Amino acid sequence: MLQDIDLVIEAGSFVALLGPSGCGKSTLLRFISGLDTPAAGSVVLSPKADEAQASAAAKLAFVFQDAQLLPWRSVLDNVALPLELQGYGRAQARERARGPLAEVELGDVHERFPDQLSGGMRMRVSIARALVTEPSVLLLDEPFAALDELTRQRLDERLRKLWQARRMTVIFVTHALAEAAFLAERALVMSRRPGRIVLDHALQLPEDRTLELRTNLDFVAQTALLYRSLSQHGALDDAQHGA
Amino acid sequence: MKHSTWRDLLLSALPPALTFVVVVALWEGVVRAFAVPKFLVPPPSDVLIAVWTERASLGGALLTTAQGAGVGFLLSASLGTSVGLAFSLSRWLERGLYPYALFLQTVPIVAVAPLLVLWFGPGLRAVSVSAFIVSVFPIIANTLAGLRSVDPRLSDLFRLYGAKLGDTVLKLRLPTAIPSMMTGLKVASGLSVIGAIVGEFVAGFSEGNAGLGITVLSAYRQLRTDLLFAAVLLASLLGLSLFALVSSLSTLLLRRLRAPG
Repeated sequence: MLQDIDLVIEAGSFVALLGPSGCGKSTLLRFISGLDTPAAGSVVLSPKADEAQASAAAKLAFVFQDAQLLPWRSVLDNVALPLELQGYGRAQARERARGPLAEVELGDVHERFPDQLSGGMRMRVSIARALVTEPSVLLLDEPFAALDELTRQRLDERLRKLWQARRMTVIFVTHALAEAAFLAERALVMSRRPGRIVLDHALQLPEDRTLELRTNLDFVAQTALLYRSLSQHGALDDAQHGA
Repeated sequence: MKHSTWRDLLLSALPPALTFVVVVALWEGVVRAFAVPKFLVPPPSDVLIAVWTERASLGGALLTTAQGAGVGFLLSASLGTSVGLAFSLSRWLERGLYPYALFLQTVPIVAVAPLLVLWFGPGLRAVSVSAFIVSVFPIIANTLAGLRSVDPRLSDLFRLYGAKLGDTVLKLRLPTAIPSMMTGLKVASGLSVIGAIVGEFVAGFSEGNAGLGITVLSAYRQLRTDLLFAAVLLASLLGLSLFALVSSLSTLLLRRLRAPG
């Protein structure tokens, strides 16, 4: 499914992973997270020895396409969950969950339940849950794909700010070109199956990014570059056949 | 809000109540008009009179049967959920034992009831075991299905944070399984009454307190069809009340878990 992926991602960078659906973006993310193991090849999270690998794995967080919250847990308890699973007491876990919730501006809905929140708010809870363990690597698998455009742009902006504040390594899978260009320092484009990396592009955009950037000519040019690479490698065939 | 719930209640209760009134009235009218022999079909008024005149013995029988069904149901609720949980934790255990659990579902209970008397002694014990055998399988099957219905991405999340098995069961699998477990318990509640009555047919005579199954048998032998109907009526009401009890418990629990349905 994946072929000749030889990739080094520097600590603290923000990487967007683009590609046609079914090309193996999500599979690559699952390999990196250790949820699945590749048939051949390996993923090394830390250049140091094997023991470092285990502790590095513990510093990893994953955000799924749907918020994937537990409906029977309040917002605060959902965010506290990873800490509970890692052995913290409930009270301590809840206390530590307040910080990340404030970071995603949900400090005032602690005791609400997922079914009382909008889709965008649920996704912010999901991000807070990922941040609560202070991960050094944050993996996101098309997290905002199901949301409306405006909500999505706001969340993009927020995620970018979170990254600027925390400087963890972020790998963001998406099929939205503008989102990739807006968020990342580096964009990787994958081909159709078997998935290979066909473009590895450093985005030349300012450090601070706001909604206005989306109308900036540089931004449009960068997006167009990604578009050309994607269309050359079959990403758009689906759409054409579908039409 | 309050207004609309009353309206909903009325809308859901009215049609079956109307059906009941119409059917009972027709039944009474037809039986009287065509002078149907009372040992074949007694008019509803006779059944009601039987319920009243025999209230002492019927009440005792109801209590006895309720005991047998209740004990059997509690047995199958506790053992059924435990076995379902054990099956969900071990494929080997499931493959090795599931066919035999299925056997409990398919065994003709009337045929094995004499065995139950031999093994457990007549009366409450054999009756409870009969109620247990009839009602346990839906609980095992629904518990297992519920525990297996966990969203794989939530499993991934727990795996990613190195969750211990105990945490995964308590904080993910059991809460996910509860709606399905409740369905199994609801089905089992009605079945346990059926199992108790059938058990009583064979094993009910002991210690002087006979259940509704025995009432049915003796009423049949005396051609007291009105009493027979009265006993059947009470047995159905018993099943319904047990179902209603489990159902309201389930509604409360599901609301707490914010599960749909």
